[in-house]
Amino acid sequence: MTSGKGGVGKTTSAAAFAAGLALKGHKTVVIDFDVGLRNLDLVMGCERRVVYDFINVINGDARLNQALIRDKRIDTLAILPTSQTRDKDALTREGVGRVIDDLKEDFDFIICDSPAGIERGALLALYYADEAVIVTNPEVSSVRDSDRIIGVLQSRSRRAEEGMDPVREHLLLARYDADRVARGEMLKVEDVLDILAIPLVGIIPESQSVLKSSNVGMPVVMDSSSVAGQAYLDAVGRFLGETIEHRYFKPERRGLFQRLLWRTA
Amino acid sequence: MSLLRFFRPRAAPSAPLAKERLTVLLTHERAARSQPEYLPRLRREILEVIGKYVHLDDDKIHVHYESQGTVAKLELDIELPNQSQQRQSQVAQPAVS
Repeated sequence: MTSGKGGVGKTTSAAAFAAGLALKGHKTVVIDFDVGLRNLDLVMGCERRVVYDFINVINGDARLNQALIRDKRIDTLAILPTSQTRDKDALTREGVGRVIDDLKEDFDFIICDSPAGIERGALLALYYADEAVIVTNPEVSSVRDSDRIIGVLQSRSRRAEEGMDPVREHLLLARYDADRVARGEMLKVEDVLDILAIPLVGIIPESQSVLKSSNVGMPVVMDSSSVAGQAYLDAVGRFLGETIEHRYFKPERRGLFQRLLWRTA
Repeated sequence: MSLLRFFRPRAAPSAPLAKERLTVLLTHERAARSQPEYLPRLRREILEVIGKYVHLDDDKIHVHYESQGTVAKLELDIELPNQSQQRQSQVAQPAVS
């Protein structure tokens, strides 16, 4: 789960994707790669259960099973939190590779939640990837950074370095506001697809429920009333190869009265 | 106030400009990304070597790199000043060696 730019919804998306895959019965673990700025645990609602972390496991200070936090709501879901105190140099390519190999024994999917930027943490989060979900907002700086990170995936991932089949890329367009698109204020889905030229896995509408779910520490896919949650579940389905039509990219139909209220809001 | 705003004509859409700017910028950035890292240094050194013989402005040398499959092509386009200009500049700057 990568993006280049910060604040586009990587951690929200990593939590939602992990929970979505786990809800579908796949054994899933999500790793926080943002060393020093731990947050995945908070978004997933397990911040008080962190004892050991990813860096402890890499350094051999703790066993993997001591650091893994099993989700209390979904039994196929686990979280590997990162260190809040170390710096990103604590991550090594060999160490990360070892932990990922160990996790492969027990899990069907390993989601690496990348930090922003293109430095060590971000490079290591994508290095061992087979698939990459590029989280992008319909906004110029996010699209530019996504293009940059796609370039990095194509040249500096293990698959690129070892001449294997390339990392499979998926575009996840988040914070999409169909009304603003209709008014010509925001890039359209088609615009972003034209520019980045990678397959679309999902469109996540701008939604109040995302903030609400992070407030309470529950991945947004577990809120069945949330359109963003539904959109994430659709995206997970497509990621798994299901054919699901894209919803939520057209403005909601409003009556005249509602429109008046909405314009004046 | 709000009602007035409702009937006011809408501002020109800005999204098409965003797309256009991104398209231009990314075409440029992708081309730069596919080039070998030594290219800017190569360009500077070529400029220095030629500078020993004729005075050359920085914008008169174009280094173009293209890579397709297994073949990579390096194109150098160097625009030399014409003879009379060159002589003038040599007279003006005899110290250039």
